[in-house]
Amino acid sequence: MAGYALRESLRRKVLLVVLLLTAAFLVLYGVGTAQVYGEVESFALDEGEEVVDARAIIGSTLVGLSMFATLFLGTVLAVFLTLGAIRGDAERGLLQPLVVRPLGRATFLLGRFAGAAAVCALYVILVFAAAVVITGSIGDWWPDRLVTPGLALAAGVTILTGLSLLGSVFLSATANGIAVFMLFGAGLTAGLLGQVGEALNSPRLESVSQAAAWALPFEALYQSGLSALTADIGGVTGVVVELGPFGGAQDFGPLLWPWAVVYLGLIAAAAIVGFRRRDL
Amino acid sequence: MGQALVAHAVEKRYGAATALDGVDIAVGEGELVGLLGPNGAGKSTLVKIACGLVRPSGGRVEICGAPAGSLEARRAVGYLAELFRFPGWYDADELLALHQRLTGSGGDKSERDELLSLVGLTEARGRRIERMSKGMQQRLGIAQALVGSPRLLMLDEPTSALDPVGRRAVRELLEELRRRGVAVLLNSHLLSEVELVCDRVVILLGGRVVREGRPDDLAKPGGVDVETGSGVRHFPDAGREQAPGIVAELVEGGESVYRVTVARSTLEDVYIEAVGAPPT
Repeated sequence: MAGYALRESLRRKVLLVVLLLTAAFLVLYGVGTAQVYGEVESFALDEGEEVVDARAIIGSTLVGLSMFATLFLGTVLAVFLTLGAIRGDAERGLLQPLVVRPLGRATFLLGRFAGAAAVCALYVILVFAAAVVITGSIGDWWPDRLVTPGLALAAGVTILTGLSLLGSVFLSATANGIAVFMLFGAGLTAGLLGQVGEALNSPRLESVSQAAAWALPFEALYQSGLSALTADIGGVTGVVVELGPFGGAQDFGPLLWPWAVVYLGLIAAAAIVGFRRRDL
Repeated sequence: MGQALVAHAVEKRYGAATALDGVDIAVGEGELVGLLGPNGAGKSTLVKIACGLVRPSGGRVEICGAPAGSLEARRAVGYLAELFRFPGWYDADELLALHQRLTGSGGDKSERDELLSLVGLTEARGRRIERMSKGMQQRLGIAQALVGSPRLLMLDEPTSALDPVGRRAVRELLEELRRRGVAVLLNSHLLSEVELVCDRVVILLGGRVVREGRPDDLAKPGGVDVETGSGVRHFPDAGREQAPGIVAELVEGGESVYRVTVARSTLEDVYIEAVGAPPT
């Protein structure tokens, strides 16, 4: 079933559209990066003695922004590959010929998830890697950690894929698409609240933001990934670096990854129970 | 003769609405049973329960001795839904190969060749489904239902998109399947078709079985019509046995007899009498 889902993902035009948009994004990102570094280099020469590492600030900010764009594009891909996977496909008559086969609904669901998640995770890893290479080759700045941010993005879109698949069991395709994007927006808003709370020195806002990020771990993963970009930067540069948008760089600690796995397990369990009870 | 399908006291309720209200039917191995009834009678619901797509509210359904919906039951079933679609990017051969894998049929290219030949799609085996006519897709749907040599085939309106030639082909296919010992539950609105091929018919109305039996047994004598020189004379209470006496009497009375017809009610008459309206 994963093979079927993988082929479906690859042969649907949505992937082509996303790839074209991604190519446009990466070209614009490259042009923007070249422009910014050009301006910063002339600025740094005028200053003479460097107090902060402008190259690191610009590089990490740009890669941080690209992480947000990558997460957003990955979310679009995840949603459009799964938004109608169960109820939508059942209403169109696509699901019944497959579900009557002797493979079990749980297997079917997990297969659909595996196919879509594989495509989305691979996609965000490649786009993130491309953004890092573009930034590094133009600005000569490389993130302190490469694997953690990439994996955090991949895990984030995997969770969003799971949420979208779970929603597809209960909601029509349109309603599910709206619901998942609203959840994504809720995560971003929570991150933004945290930044506002930090700026206003409001522990309550920061607590709300943290709780929301744990409840929607794709946001916590995104923030942890951002944090890993500049894990080793210290001094004045470390103070100046403020990555974002929609959630500052923040390490959520070692429990985040096990929680993400448990969260996915809970999503899978809810989806399987819901799917088993659904009349088709 | 063993039973391919046994439904006992099957009920299905959707909230306050009752779709099936204690249905009992059985389909023997190699038997071809027609399921008739107006829209909303519960025909498709019954078929979906037998396939494991819908959970009954009460009663039990067994497929070849296994509970409907179990993996063992699904291995024995081939199903064509009334409203079905296949992924447009597959070609006919790929679709059948997918269902071979899902069924675990172990069938190879020779099985696909045979099935495509059976439904007259050999020449179109490499054509994408999105480029096929509705009739071709329906024939492909029948081939798909036959993957893995099911012991019970459930067809929901299999000829709705077919022209008369296609319908005849399906009729011949059903007769061939009966010869091979495959049990068939045929849900159709085309009474003439059902009358031609089915061993037995079951008429549902309001979720209940209101008539059941062999088409010949359900039909009632409709009298004798005699075409004479002075017009057609109808003898409503006469049957086949009385026909020679009627002719002798007429000839003796000086009438010229040109044709004698022993009339019987058709399945359509039986249906209308049972449900109170022509098929919709």
